Amino acid sequence: MNEKTKTSEDCSRRQFFTHISYTLGGLAALMVGIPIVGSVLAPIVKQPKPIWRPVGELKTFTVGDIVKVSFIDSSPLPWAGVTAETAAWLHRKGEEEFTCFSVNCAHLGCPVRWVAGARLFMCPCHGGVYYEDGTVAAGPPPRGLYDYPVRINNGQVEILTSPIPITTV
Amino acid sequence: MESLKRAWLWFDDRTGLGSALGPVIKHPVPPNSASWFYVFGSATLFAFMLQVATGVALAFMYVPSAGEAYQSLQYITDQTTFGRIVRGMHNWGASAMILLIGVHMVRVYLTAAYKFPREMHWISGVVLWALVVIMAFSGQVIRWDQTAVWSTIVASEQAGRIPFIGEWVAQFLIGGGTIGGATLSRMFAYHVFIVPALLFIFIGLHLYLVIKNGISEFPKAGKPVNPETYREEYEALVKKKGIPFWPDAAWRDMVFGFIVITTILLIALIIGPPALGPPPNPANIDALPVPDWYFVFYFAFLALMPPQMETYLMVFGPLLVGALLFFLPFISNKGERSPLRRPWAVAIVALTIASISGLWAIGITSPWSPHFDAKPLTVEIIGADSGPIYRGGMDFNEKGCLYCHTISGQGGLRGPDLTYIGDRLSPDELTWRIMNGGLNMPGFGGTLTNAELADLVVFLKSRTKQNQEASSLGGD
Repeated sequence: MNEKTKTSEDCSRRQFFTHISYTLGGLAALMVGIPIVGSVLAPIVKQPKPIWRPVGELKTFTVGDIVKVSFIDSSPLPWAGVTAETAAWLHRKGEEEFTCFSVNCAHLGCPVRWVAGARLFMCPCHGGVYYEDGTVAAGPPPRGLYDYPVRINNGQVEILTSPIPITTV
Repeated sequence: MESLKRAWLWFDDRTGLGSALGPVIKHPVPPNSASWFYVFGSATLFAFMLQVATGVALAFMYVPSAGEAYQSLQYITDQTTFGRIVRGMHNWGASAMILLIGVHMVRVYLTAAYKFPREMHWISGVVLWALVVIMAFSGQVIRWDQTAVWSTIVASEQAGRIPFIGEWVAQFLIGGGTIGGATLSRMFAYHVFIVPALLFIFIGLHLYLVIKNGISEFPKAGKPVNPETYREEYEALVKKKGIPFWPDAAWRDMVFGFIVITTILLIALIIGPPALGPPPNPANIDALPVPDWYFVFYFAFLALMPPQMETYLMVFGPLLVGALLFFLPFISNKGERSPLRRPWAVAIVALTIASISGLWAIGITSPWSPHFDAKPLTVEIIGADSGPIYRGGMDFNEKGCLYCHTISGQGGLRGPDLTYIGDRLSPDELTWRIMNGGLNMPGFGGTLTNAELADLVVFLKSRTKQNQEASSLGGD
């Protein structure tokens, strides 16, 4: 066996060991990486089912009034505590006609307040203002308030929960 | 003493640590780098070490559970031994890190220490700066009070504006569709595991590079960096005139570091940690989520940017700033280093500091926010206790006008001061403006009765300088 052949064989063995080391390392990382990364990314893939939540008896809401209602969000975890709660602005427009707005400003999600005297929703963060029908009255919001579906079920007003509305482009 | 020395000699013989690290910490540095201008990087590192120590101590007491974190913070602050001080040091240490890393970056930029061969020092430093900002934000969130909850939502909404993947990024941040059990656990993981791990890696890289390429010499005007000759010149300089880093240069770092750490401790002792806000209940909407001081300028920027451009500014603005900082050494890595020969660099720093300071000052007052806690106008200010002026004044209080307009020093700052509006607008003009709104004011045509509108106009028309002076004379 001459010197040249020896070197070539060495290189070939070395290349094999290099490739097998990289391959095995990569394979091991991939095998454990799938469940690790998958568990971290799961919340954006697995969406909770919307749930109808009761927010009060029909008779407790006065026609014309806009009131804040609180309820449990769509995906409460056992350790969520008070963070499982959420709120919405419920407007009884007629005997059986309701509108329900998200409390999140369509600008950057801050909690809008209902100013009954002015009949306006006002956001404390960046000055977004909405009329009582949810349309933009002033300030930076790019759209009106988001709304939730409402229904009356056995004398109870119910709201269909949904994720925090994210304004996208 | 003798036995300790013997123990150390044995340890050093078996590990080689002394002989390995000794030359590193005593490596020669340019004599003019032993300056008070060069202490901010090490001070940032000292502040980081304090953050690690206080963070670990807090982790012994903090419960990273959405339903219990708030109570555990109350417990740390009010009931544990030294917990208040540790929380205070962790909070003010974060402020110190933000401040010191900013000053360090300004010093490096002004003295152009990012130029050849230290481009990677700057790039690793920019990554560290970004990581420190993420730590500051995630730290504010795991304080887990009402402001934390709403700050998370605001951050998610900003992420939501990223084209195509915005909603996914937003949901990744909050751990699903709603704020809740998953949100705090994720923020805790970012704050305690992921970002600190990256910080350790990049601090290691940053320090390794400082040893490899040496501390930059203080620049001299008229002595530009030439990549072809710089390394030889630098080596010749430190060989001929260099002084050992330890202790000849490092003593200043130790003195300044001591001052920084002592200041943080004193502030923690005297002022203590920031008070916790109300509990993190997303159904409690009486909130004004103003961020910690170092993000207030950005809070103002979000409020003041033109609505037509805000999506681009919100998403691409930070990306552009980050990219400019990151690629700075590739824009210019040779030539003059002295700030005396780089007026644009000085101007950029001055403009940046002025912009941030200006936005910060505006952000503190937040004039765009309605003042929900404005004190109602009194009968004395209204100037009547019956009749249309009085009724108009009461309407001004009750219809929300006061939240945005000031009269006689009371009210919000969002709209114009109406103390002397009667001198500027006629009744017709007042009526038109109230009915239709304008600029940033909603129209009230659909909400006011004719009588309320008439009273409001009479009240506003009575807001004249003459009336105010007469009223104050009458008061005397």
